[in-house]
Amino acid sequence: MSILVDKNTKVLVQGLGKTGQFHTDKAIAYGTRMVGAVHPSRAGTGFHFEGETDHSGVAGREDTYSTDLPIYATVSEAVAETGATATVVYVPPPFAADAIMEATAAGIALVVVITEGIPIADMIRTKRYLQGSGTRLVGPNCPGVITPGECKIGIMPGYIHQRGKIGVVSRSGTLTYEAVHQVTQLRLGQTTAVGIGGDPVNGTDFVDVLKMFQADDETEGVVMIGEIGGTAEEEAAEYVKSEMTKPVAGFIAGSTAPPGKRMGHAGAIVSGGKGTALAKIEAMSAAGIVVAETPSDMGEAMVRALG
Amino acid sequence: MVAGGIPVPMGRVARSVDEAVAAVRPLIGESGNPVVVLKAQIHAGGRGKGTFKEHPDVRGVNVITDGIDGGPGAAEEAVRELAKRMLGSTLVTIQTGEEGKRVNRLYVEQGIDIATELYLAVLLDRSASRNIVMASTEGGVEIEKVASETPEKILRSVVDPAIGLAGFQANELAHGLGLEGDVAKNFMRFVKALADTATELDTDLVEINPLVVTADGQVIALDAKFAFDDNALYRHPDIADMRDETEEDSAEVAAKNQGLNYIKLDGTIGCLVNGAGLAMATMDTIKHVGGEPANFLDVGGGATADQVTTGFQIITDDPNVKGIFVNIFGGIMRCDVVASGIVEAISRVGLEVPLVVRLEGTNVERGRQILEESGLEVTNAVSLRDGAEKILELTR
Repeated sequence: MSILVDKNTKVLVQGLGKTGQFHTDKAIAYGTRMVGAVHPSRAGTGFHFEGETDHSGVAGREDTYSTDLPIYATVSEAVAETGATATVVYVPPPFAADAIMEATAAGIALVVVITEGIPIADMIRTKRYLQGSGTRLVGPNCPGVITPGECKIGIMPGYIHQRGKIGVVSRSGTLTYEAVHQVTQLRLGQTTAVGIGGDPVNGTDFVDVLKMFQADDETEGVVMIGEIGGTAEEEAAEYVKSEMTKPVAGFIAGSTAPPGKRMGHAGAIVSGGKGTALAKIEAMSAAGIVVAETPSDMGEAMVRALG
Repeated sequence: MVAGGIPVPMGRVARSVDEAVAAVRPLIGESGNPVVVLKAQIHAGGRGKGTFKEHPDVRGVNVITDGIDGGPGAAEEAVRELAKRMLGSTLVTIQTGEEGKRVNRLYVEQGIDIATELYLAVLLDRSASRNIVMASTEGGVEIEKVASETPEKILRSVVDPAIGLAGFQANELAHGLGLEGDVAKNFMRFVKALADTATELDTDLVEINPLVVTADGQVIALDAKFAFDDNALYRHPDIADMRDETEEDSAEVAAKNQGLNYIKLDGTIGCLVNGAGLAMATMDTIKHVGGEPANFLDVGGGATADQVTTGFQIITDDPNVKGIFVNIFGGIMRCDVVASGIVEAISRVGLEVPLVVRLEGTNVERGRQILEESGLEVTNAVSLRDGAEKILELTR
């Protein structure tokens, strides 16, 4: 199995600007079941995508694709027409919160938000809106979710992934790729890789994803990548210690970050002595997580954790 | 704060010594209090205990009592002497770092007859994904100290974004602070207005320290610190205009205006990276192999070739930089765009230090090809650690 998404997941896209178009094209090339786009002013038309698939040359699979992705005026209409259960949001920051709420109201099970720079107050309200709904939000400011060979939702480069037995969860986009790449090179492969995003208020946290990996038959170990700021890694370490039976390897970015400075991600700031890399590494080590010394050792750390 | 219905002392901003002096007489007249307070306006806390580099005997906040016996004229003279020394000087507080901050503006404020000093703040609680109100009877001191020594003296209340701070929560806080009668009512009005203001203005933090109860039962914010959410500044142009860029590092401002995240550090190895996590991890790795990073630079998810060029220029402008490590793992960011940006930057500003490039991810082949065809002297790296080791070797 995998978590969150698989080959049957039907996916919508909200936001068809340059970035949305580029990555929708990549998702289709990867084999993701993209079933529609939502764009009020272009409703009723289609958006054409064509090219060579990522699995070109593989026996039994298409070498090329040419498709007109239907465009709908609203998410609820798109859901009714297509049966989509997931959506990916590339909508610009001022309108992103509204896009998430629209998807939630339409009953979408999984909303993956790539958009970076959404105001925190908008996310606070949006999370309040999500309460009691059946919708899971991943992100914002994240690379997305991928189950290798089946479904790619987001902006991660598909080719570095390989189907396998390791779950990957991370606050940082590019460090997720780093971990995935190493896990692939070590021939362990991934069940699913989940970017939870670098913002201080996000939909899904480490513990949510760790629980899913713990319950997933196919996942044999987990790589967890955190960074300075907040206490999400400490809470994850608590969970690993008390509930998890599968081996976990980890890495924390930001050991050398000066305190008080926001390191790119809105969530990555050491303030009042809280949220330091050292405190997180200590909590993780104490929970039995094998913590890599540098990001180049994340794959090796996973191998050691697997024993 | 005034617009949000939050009581503050009367006062005036002064950009010159004459403006500061001119503010004194009307303030004493309106408040009926012969005391005035002269404050340095900088974007950092700890001013009351901070001192000036040029005048170690002058603090960032000064209470002027000369008016009590000498009348307004004496207060004016005292303000004039202090303002001369404060304006244009460098104030060092626990929050500015050793280099301190230059004072370009002063604030002249009415004196207040203080009965009690409290602490009040509204900030994001990440675990709750909501704002919380923090209050304490220990006003006027650093809250970090209270939190570590007497945590039981800090009261907390979570703000529901759909409701704001509820009446019962304000009452609980007032009760917890030991306030009664009209003072409690004034406090409840104050704290509810503050919670609303924090949401309306998109603050990361509002800190009122001290919040004072005056001898006649008023509840007034004596000092306030606001930190705003950068992501929300687009809907508050008036707040964005308050930014005083002369107080910030010029390279950091230049980067920010180009949509780049740049933080200058003290080392010798410049790094240009995509993604905040990878940028931090690149710094960590440089340090791990024995080098010192010269900066944090995240060119972001969707950088253009122009932005990469600017980033590259900012790094090469730093005289401490002895070598540059470009580390890109493309997702949204495409390797060919980065490669074009690097080639463009070097053609414009030249390159006098070694350059190590590690490219991986979206369009990596085209990126490598662009670098190769440019004929530039570039050392390729196959991994983050490999890149860090190579740049260290080349700068030794």
